[in-house]
Amino acid sequence: MSIYKNIICTFFLFLLAGNAISDVFVKKNPNLGEPLSDEEIKKYDFVIMPNGQGLPNGEGSVDAGKNLYDIHCMACHGKDGVKGLNGDLAGGHGTISGPVPKKTVGSYWPYSTILFDYIRRAMPYQNPGSLTNDEIYSISAYILFINNIIDSEMILNKNNLPGVKMPNSENFVWAFPEDS
Amino acid sequence: MKKDKFNPDYSAKNGLFDRRSFLKASIASGSGMMIAGAHASEDKIRSSWMGMPGEGMGESGPSEYERHIKRADIGSQPGTVGSGASRTPIQFLDGIITPSRLHFERHHSGIPNINPDEHRLVIHGLVDRQLSFSLEDLHRYKQVSKIQFLECSGNSGAMISPEAPQRNAAQLHGLVSCSEWGGVPLNVLLDEAGIKPEGKWIVASGADAAVMARSVPLQKIMDDAIVATHQNGEPVRPSNGYPMRLFLPGWEGNACVKWLRTIKVTSGPSMTKDETSKYSDLRDDGISKLFTFPMEVKSVITSPSPGLNLSKKGIYQISGIAWSGSGKIKKVELSADGGKSWAEAQLDEHVLSKSLTRFRSAWMWDGSNSSLMSRAIDEKGNVQPRRDAWLEGKAVNTFYHYNAIQSWAISSGGEVSNVYL
Repeated sequence: MSIYKNIICTFFLFLLAGNAISDVFVKKNPNLGEPLSDEEIKKYDFVIMPNGQGLPNGEGSVDAGKNLYDIHCMACHGKDGVKGLNGDLAGGHGTISGPVPKKTVGSYWPYSTILFDYIRRAMPYQNPGSLTNDEIYSISAYILFINNIIDSEMILNKNNLPGVKMPNSENFVWAFPEDS
Repeated sequence: MKKDKFNPDYSAKNGLFDRRSFLKASIASGSGMMIAGAHASEDKIRSSWMGMPGEGMGESGPSEYERHIKRADIGSQPGTVGSGASRTPIQFLDGIITPSRLHFERHHSGIPNINPDEHRLVIHGLVDRQLSFSLEDLHRYKQVSKIQFLECSGNSGAMISPEAPQRNAAQLHGLVSCSEWGGVPLNVLLDEAGIKPEGKWIVASGADAAVMARSVPLQKIMDDAIVATHQNGEPVRPSNGYPMRLFLPGWEGNACVKWLRTIKVTSGPSMTKDETSKYSDLRDDGISKLFTFPMEVKSVITSPSPGLNLSKKGIYQISGIAWSGSGKIKKVELSADGGKSWAEAQLDEHVLSKSLTRFRSAWMWDGSNSSLMSRAIDEKGNVQPRRDAWLEGKAVNTFYHYNAIQSWAISSGGEVSNVYL
């Protein structure tokens, strides 16, 4: 008997609450997002912008970068960034508008900040997250050096990396938003 | 009962029926059934599997006779296991839904094994409130579901080769799939965080070992992006982003970041490695286009196609898939004479926006050398281009967003091959 009573009660409650239920879904959300402090966000934020926003403290030299490159990168990317198993990092300059474009970091990439951003996210392939910021600056410096983009004395840091102009940087247009 | 003699009513040259005469053709081609491996008792016949009770209930896979239907052309970059792709075997499928186990893959550092209890979606950057959501939290928000395609912008890239590559439909065009995607509209979560007026883009990052990242205009995110937690009714599979992925209806697959971990609202794009050095479209004048997000109108005949050869002359069903990142498919036209004449194909009942659409037609193959082509037109009036028109103005090794008309040659022996016309 009590089962039927419950069913009937539930039915009337449902009728009464019907509008309220749909309104909650349409006009409100449950607001379950848990607020995070700036300190916590910092641990999740990998984003580096082309103007250098997001680059961390630290610095790296071409020489240090060569040693690190030979240990962590050469097996896949080849000696001095050419003829590796995966994608050349150096060379191809001036080929992009020619009959057979050869895309490398030096010949194609529009911004130098991409190097730091990508290495910190994904490299070395087998052990991502293992390099210090100084080491990432150093490897970035070495890859720019083997592309003749910086000289061997340059010490890269968050202040001067965004100013390193890539040879192909002027040759990109945006399809979105339209006509930009 | 007297069987009516089928009266051919072709609407394009070389035996192609118009969609209105398709049903008639199908009826006329009906044939008898063969029963193999049977045993008889009294005057009734039973196949061997009818002579004893079958298997019990439980987990089930495909029939043992269909186990060749699996993800195709699995390949990864040298020195890696998980940096590569697998393709949907489109030539063996029908309808519009891709079974989740056959959805194509493209990963940049393998498939992470994510414990959902420890996974969070973090929204930060130019917002009033920096927020973190668990999977359990997301399940309490109103879910939406849409049947929509996902296509890698590198799909069909092999077709830029100067000689037509002799590969099957999966190998050539199998980086497209279609699922029922379910999840939470991202605009609900971003409204909760409160976007600051300077916020114009977002940068989405994944929880894979590459922390894969793409920048996406906020306009698209607020329009129809979802955080997808479900695929074809079940939780999204690990190979498609479990426990949650970004899904951008109609836009290139790479931007639909899998294993979604953070969304940072920014004033502009971050210019990540993938959106600049990879998924950009180089023209023959040396200028590259960035952010070519929508996938263009496209179709491919999946049957017949290479490997699915014709055995003898007569009526065949031509079947295939069409899709457009701009909306619904309006019509698909077929040619059996290399593009000289065209007939309209019949579309299956489900013609949905930014979804695969199945088309069919009847074709009387007279046993001669023929070529089959399909041309899709979407509701915005976009027409699938011919290959030479697509190549015009592009650098020789630019292959993203290839959507040109596919031609299959049929030899007099019934063999199907890839051909440029």
